[in-house]
Amino acid sequence: MATTADHFQAHHDDHAHHDADHKPGFFARWFMSTNHKDIGTLYLIFAIFAGIVGGAISGVMRAELMEPGIQVLGGWVNMWGGEASFEANLHAWNVLITAHGLIMVFFMVMPAMIGGFGNWFVPLMIGAPDMAFPRMNNISFWLTVAGFTSLSISLFMPGDATGLGSGTGWTVYAPLSTSGSVGPATDFAIFALHLAGAASIMGAINFITTIFNMRAPGMTLHKMPLFVWSILVTAFLLLLALPVLAAAITMLITDRNFGTTFFEASGGGDPILYQHLFWFFGHPEVYIMILPGFGMVSQIVATFSRKPVFGYLGMAYAMVAIGVVGFIVWAHHMFTTGLSVNEKMYFTAATMVIAVPTGVKIFSWIATMWGGSIEFKSPMVWSIGFIFLFTVGGVTGVYLANGGVDDVVHDTYFVVAHFHYVLSMGAVFSLFAGFYYWFPKMSGRMHSELLAHLHFWGFFIGVNVIFFPQHFLGLNGMPRRYPDYALAFEHWNHVSTIGYMIMAGSMIFFFVNLIYAFTAGKKAAPNYWGEGATTLEWSLTSPPPYHQFETLPVIDDDHDYHNHLPPAAPATA
Amino acid sequence: MRGGEAKQKQGKTESFAPMILGKSTARILAPLWAALLLALAPQAALAQEPASIASQPAAATEAAPAADATGAAAAGAVDDKADASSDKVAPGASAYKPLGPEWIKGVPTPGALDVQTQYSPTGRQAFKLHSALVWVMAIICLFVLALLLYVMIRFRKGAHPVPSRTTHNTAIEVAWTLLPVLILVAIALPSISLISAQYQSAPKDAVTVKVTGYQWYWGYTYPDNGGFEVISNMLPDEEAEKRGEPHHLGVDNRMVVPVGEWIRVQTTAADVIHSFAVPSLWYKLDAVPGRLNEKRLFIEEPGIYYGQCSELCGAKHGYMPIAVEAVPRPQFEAWVRSQGGTVGKPEAPAAPAAAPLQQPESSAQQPVGAPANTTASAAATAAAPAAKPAA
Repeated sequence: MATTADHFQAHHDDHAHHDADHKPGFFARWFMSTNHKDIGTLYLIFAIFAGIVGGAISGVMRAELMEPGIQVLGGWVNMWGGEASFEANLHAWNVLITAHGLIMVFFMVMPAMIGGFGNWFVPLMIGAPDMAFPRMNNISFWLTVAGFTSLSISLFMPGDATGLGSGTGWTVYAPLSTSGSVGPATDFAIFALHLAGAASIMGAINFITTIFNMRAPGMTLHKMPLFVWSILVTAFLLLLALPVLAAAITMLITDRNFGTTFFEASGGGDPILYQHLFWFFGHPEVYIMILPGFGMVSQIVATFSRKPVFGYLGMAYAMVAIGVVGFIVWAHHMFTTGLSVNEKMYFTAATMVIAVPTGVKIFSWIATMWGGSIEFKSPMVWSIGFIFLFTVGGVTGVYLANGGVDDVVHDTYFVVAHFHYVLSMGAVFSLFAGFYYWFPKMSGRMHSELLAHLHFWGFFIGVNVIFFPQHFLGLNGMPRRYPDYALAFEHWNHVSTIGYMIMAGSMIFFFVNLIYAFTAGKKAAPNYWGEGATTLEWSLTSPPPYHQFETLPVIDDDHDYHNHLPPAAPATA
Repeated sequence: MRGGEAKQKQGKTESFAPMILGKSTARILAPLWAALLLALAPQAALAQEPASIASQPAAATEAAPAADATGAAAAGAVDDKADASSDKVAPGASAYKPLGPEWIKGVPTPGALDVQTQYSPTGRQAFKLHSALVWVMAIICLFVLALLLYVMIRFRKGAHPVPSRTTHNTAIEVAWTLLPVLILVAIALPSISLISAQYQSAPKDAVTVKVTGYQWYWGYTYPDNGGFEVISNMLPDEEAEKRGEPHHLGVDNRMVVPVGEWIRVQTTAADVIHSFAVPSLWYKLDAVPGRLNEKRLFIEEPGIYYGQCSELCGAKHGYMPIAVEAVPRPQFEAWVRSQGGTVGKPEAPAAPAAAPLQQPESSAQQPVGAPANTTASAAATAAAPAAKPAA
């Protein structure tokens, strides 16, 4: 059926009677869903929930670190049914850092980026009716939930002699995770990774199949929006990296329970082998968390500069290059483990290479803005914040790449500051940018731009006050994963905790904005951002019909790859 | 005059002696002490201490007694029975006393913005690269920030209502690919040479300290000196205060090493992975069960250098600090004897005192262009006599 914006609106009004918008009942719709948009919504709700949990945990950690000494952990242990004692409190600290890391990586950033925005917008942007394997999509989501449940259960299981929960760190290094943590908590935490990993592998298969096979006629790979490119590269990283993690943690399970000695020196194994396997997954994993953000920021910067992305092919292949090189730099996470001199030199040089495609992306975003007509709507300010803060995190990455220099800051707060600049400010800023960009498209309701801007400024100031001083702490020698510290570290820890309060305060604007949008928000037009928004999702209503593109849109050959809207009225719904 | 020349020579070969001269008093005193030492002590390695010893306490609080103490310390290099009036660094075999809090050097500074002052040659080399990198990082960030602010102001909708359609400019794309490559090459060259310097192996006669990580304390074994092991636990806060040491950093028994000479540090662990780290020496090496990692260490000035375990190792990971105490060789030897260890080469090779854990598995200790070195020295290590049992 022919569609114009007006027609869509009319269509939206009587959707209840229309085939394309016929929705199943509540239980079937949300618990047995095969609709990519509903599954995307579930992922986003899940990610927000997990983000609240992971963020609250970091609040407990920052509260503990505000002053020297142990003040908060005892109360925390008692609250969850443990028995506070000096060692139990310290163990609880390790449980907190482990849970924070695992939740934020596997249950917040990944579900939001790939499961949430990927599910929602990859089919819409390539003109597909749904994902290639809708039911597998549903399994992916519920396995992620099961993984989170397993991780939650681990908090209440005996970890080691000192208390409940698994205190191995998110890296689960052997032998701390084998002979060092005998209780079942660590088994549950490892199983959580298995489940989340299986979910992600299935998601990756789904995305690769969808993107390779279900693009609308005329949409060649080189005409795909950059967000789709980013998800495609991410899916390949997931597909290649996660099986290695699965193997490594399966070996942990057998070392723990069945007497194997893969990582046990006394049986001929090697603890360092685990680290190689883990980081062979772990380094691509950090690009898995940031590449979809790159894609979103590319869409947003182009939209609000009202200008096509500068150097589209360079942008797409920079992501491919980052993905490829990301697989051959893993041992920079292991610079102090006793690598040979040649290994250390190689991994220093290889790691630095990643700065080149990353630099291409930063400069291309700025060049996209150059000559544009920039509107500072909320997604744009979050994206500009992303570009700057990711640059800061990127240059400290180049610093850390130097194996000889890294010796002094390895495993210190400098590293914590570095990876929170690329994740807490890189990935999370792009998530909020994407959220404000697409929230009206997904919900059909406009959010408040004022609240979104207030949220941005509070969050921007907050996270910088949290994490910039952590560079100083690390340089001055404060190690990571410490619940207590020498008095010399008090000042910047205090400042950092104040930053957390600012950041947490700014989240009030986010939640108020959600309530505002659903109760009083204006109805969203199909393309509420105007002429700069050129991808296919803007040709649909907000929210899109339950089933879209039943007649595929056709992308004309002469039509350049920066403008993804069909030139004439597209056939859809 | 002669001392000054000698000092300069030392400075050239080791490249640190001139830098540590701070105050003018120290500048006057240092050549004198150097001359005295040269006259008395044949060990060239010791010649650099007087300068540093004289300069450091002068910079701290009481200049005169400290200088006295170091004079005594220096004298101790040749004659154990020389003037033993000092209460700071007592000379002589029978009179080792741990360094007092006035000797604390490698320690975090409240509110500091940068790395700790470096007291080792590789630390100084790394510090130079570190400082250059900080500038590179700052310039890149400010450059990107300036570009962003410029486009935000110049191309805002109000000022630039009609967007251009420019999407390609091959020249600029090539430029912003190649320019970072050049910057990275400029960083990589000194970086690679720094790694190369850090991986040189210690000389054959270097003192070996085997550092063992335990949950949650450190053990320091001296296989060249009888194989005794010193167990090092964190001081409770009250005890640390009593001794004038910082909370969370002070320990009951420090890792005592000779100053001004290369030390072969080997790390391993008994249970889970730990990491032996001393920020003021730019030193961090993981202690992995079943592996023996090795990296050389050189401390330029006598003093106390703190560090902390830097690999998550369980509940009390934050409660197993490291304190390295560097003292002139006579004090070190006195300390070794006080621990029941031995000093000097054995007359005849005996059975291994304490069987070394394993042949080094990791290649961390493999120096560039100096193969088979470690095996030889490990054998020498093993041949140390079991004259006295471990403390």
